[in-house]
Amino acid sequence: MSTPTFGSDELAQFRRTFFEECTELLADLEERLGALVAFSSDVESLNAIFRAVHSVKAGAGAFGYTVLVGFAHRFEALLDRLRDGKAELDERTLAALVAAADVFSALVDLARQGEVPADDFGADVAEELGALLDGAAPTASVARPAEAAPEAAKPAEKSYRILFRPNAELFRHANEPLYLIREMKTLGELTVDCDLSRLPPFDAFNIDDSYLGWTMTLRAVCTPAAIAEVFEFVDDECVLTIEEIAAAVEPDEASPVVAVAATVATTVAPPSDPQPSGSKPSESKAAGKTGSISSIRVDLYRVDRLVNMVGELVIAQAMLAQQFTESHSHDDPTALQGFEHLAGLTRELQECVMAIRMQPVKSVFSRMPRLVRDVGHKTGKDVRLEMAGEQTEVDKTVVEELADPLTHMIRNAVDHGIEDAAERLAAGKPAEGVIRLSAQHAGSNILIHVEDDGAGLDRDRLFAKAVEKGIVPAGAKLTGEEIDELIFAPGFSTAAAVTDVSGRGVGMDVVRRNVQALGGRVQVMSTPGKGTRFTLVIPLTLAVLDGMVVAVGWEKYILPLTSIVESFRPGRGQIRVIPGGGEVVSIRGEFVRLIHLARVFGVTEAVADPCQGLVVLIELANGGKLGVVVDELIGQQQVVIKSLQDNYDPVPGISGATILGNGRVALIVDIEELTRLYDRNARIADALRQPIAANA
Amino acid sequence: MPRKILTVDDSRTMRDMVTYTLKGAGFDVLEAEDGVKALGVLASTRVDLIITDINMPNMDGVTLVKRVRAGGAHASTPILILTTESGDDRKASGKAAGATGWIVKPFAPEKLLSVVNKVCPA
Repeated sequence: MSTPTFGSDELAQFRRTFFEECTELLADLEERLGALVAFSSDVESLNAIFRAVHSVKAGAGAFGYTVLVGFAHRFEALLDRLRDGKAELDERTLAALVAAADVFSALVDLARQGEVPADDFGADVAEELGALLDGAAPTASVARPAEAAPEAAKPAEKSYRILFRPNAELFRHANEPLYLIREMKTLGELTVDCDLSRLPPFDAFNIDDSYLGWTMTLRAVCTPAAIAEVFEFVDDECVLTIEEIAAAVEPDEASPVVAVAATVATTVAPPSDPQPSGSKPSESKAAGKTGSISSIRVDLYRVDRLVNMVGELVIAQAMLAQQFTESHSHDDPTALQGFEHLAGLTRELQECVMAIRMQPVKSVFSRMPRLVRDVGHKTGKDVRLEMAGEQTEVDKTVVEELADPLTHMIRNAVDHGIEDAAERLAAGKPAEGVIRLSAQHAGSNILIHVEDDGAGLDRDRLFAKAVEKGIVPAGAKLTGEEIDELIFAPGFSTAAAVTDVSGRGVGMDVVRRNVQALGGRVQVMSTPGKGTRFTLVIPLTLAVLDGMVVAVGWEKYILPLTSIVESFRPGRGQIRVIPGGGEVVSIRGEFVRLIHLARVFGVTEAVADPCQGLVVLIELANGGKLGVVVDELIGQQQVVIKSLQDNYDPVPGISGATILGNGRVALIVDIEELTRLYDRNARIADALRQPIAANA
Repeated sequence: MPRKILTVDDSRTMRDMVTYTLKGAGFDVLEAEDGVKALGVLASTRVDLIITDINMPNMDGVTLVKRVRAGGAHASTPILILTTESGDDRKASGKAAGATGWIVKPFAPEKLLSVVNKVCPA
């Protein structure tokens, strides 16, 4: 294989582009395969799949991924058969295509990681592809060499006579005898004799015809193959003979002819001139205009830098505005207006920059039809997937992180959610189960629903299981919703029996953790006999957060606005102290646990009495509520999230930091961790035998 | 005035490689990602050579060659097809449509330049 001799830097850059492109192509392939599975014989999908495989193959060849090229070759051959209608797209073929797509994608991954696949990697699938290709011998070889290796040049100088008479076709294809003759000259010593004998009288001259022929004599150290290569593009558009002649020809015998031939060649050539003389001058005007570019690729690092810089700008703007408002706002209303305008522009700029990182969830959604089909197949269930809102956009990182939780939930929905056809029919439902996957924007969040029309969660079994696992005490009284929530409990596997499909050791607790890592939450709603709906609520971006700034002692903290239900100052009668140390607040007949932020983070000089401070009622991801006691609310603000993990170390209970308008750092509270931290601190306090707080 | 080449390929990797090689050799390079877009570029810009992939969405390379050859400013502009198959019927169909020659993928940069110089010398 002729490995391109690009410099290593360029090659690395091309390789990066190649793998980026592979990711897109493979996603497209998945999607098209999904369409093929859903609507069977769809020529457009076949074409697109073929093109994806073909493009990957071409690139893979350039980087020497021979196993990938070899596999792509077979995959492509089968697709080619199918789109030409020479093979039938039956169940077996479809299954083979699906399997081939998996192997193909795995091979790309291996190549990306710089690993060489084992020789027999995907051999069974390759074999099946081969078998489907009419059981004929596997099409040609793996990774064809780019061109025939030139025969070893023999050192001896030889003489050749070459007869060359172009057909009119040669000119129509924009080939040019003059160029060919010039190239012949590079091989060695060349003499050329132009044969004018077929030139008709001038009035019979047809510019579309070819009348000339050339006899060349070449003395060179080269093989006949090298000569043939010069005429490679035209060998079926001309009469060409190459013969070796024994004796060297006298050079001076031919030299006068060369001059003639050269003159003739250039003067007679015009009929085939590739540049019609009429249109030459208009060229320069449109130079540099490509006309085809509507998007550009930008290194993610640069985008992130831009996002970061704009974040800093937002902070600087807020600081400046605050300082100004505190000092001069009364005497200068025009400047105040200016500041407001600047604030608006900054916000808009930030939104534009955030939009750069936005991508449709389609790239993740498009993998799901395959999954549903695969799992449906394995479990013997008839399941249809309906999708909506694929174009909904969300931050690139979020899109990537969605793949795992969604895969898991969809797999679960098919495996556990949808009943067997017999059961469904008995329950008066159509035999075919339906899973709906949809995405939509809601404020600064994206909502993703995964909904099935199956039997709903089996609450008796869930409860029994939870008791068995020691997650809830045997006598506990739980509402239906609370029981449903149990599937998110760590270590709780919903499958009664570990199945081939879902039993991979991860449960919904992992899904919840994945989603929480994105700053989101997951909820479940189940109606017995009707089905189950999971809702993922995920922030559109991980870079900014709508927050509520609260004061606790001298410190300021940020609570995520989306989790806040309300805030209020409780009356004395609303507070109850629970034996054992806890505190609850009663609100509209519901008791909510109180947590003092000051005690979680060890802030002194904070308001200890909830009736003197404020209670912020927040809703947790699991639907539970918590009353967070703070001194006062400062205000609502969009904050730029700075990762503590990247800049310092992960801190329990803190999901990040931000810089406030006055230049001070405020920590963003990880509300899901609050209860755990509070209990831990209380235990420590207990252990030290110190009273926790005044009103305990 | 540098010679101007239009490279048509739906694969960014391939376009990048072709463009990089040709620009390095002093050519002016324009890019298009399929046949339709290529015709758009050709309608407004005069090029000295077209290098096109065969398998592309919207309009494939063979159709592009036919359309270019059918008439207009580029009817006799050399066209090279980029193909992965050496000597198969797709090359032949490209040729039959009116292509000038072909380049087999993957290509060494030197090979690309030598083929370009063969059909479109300075």
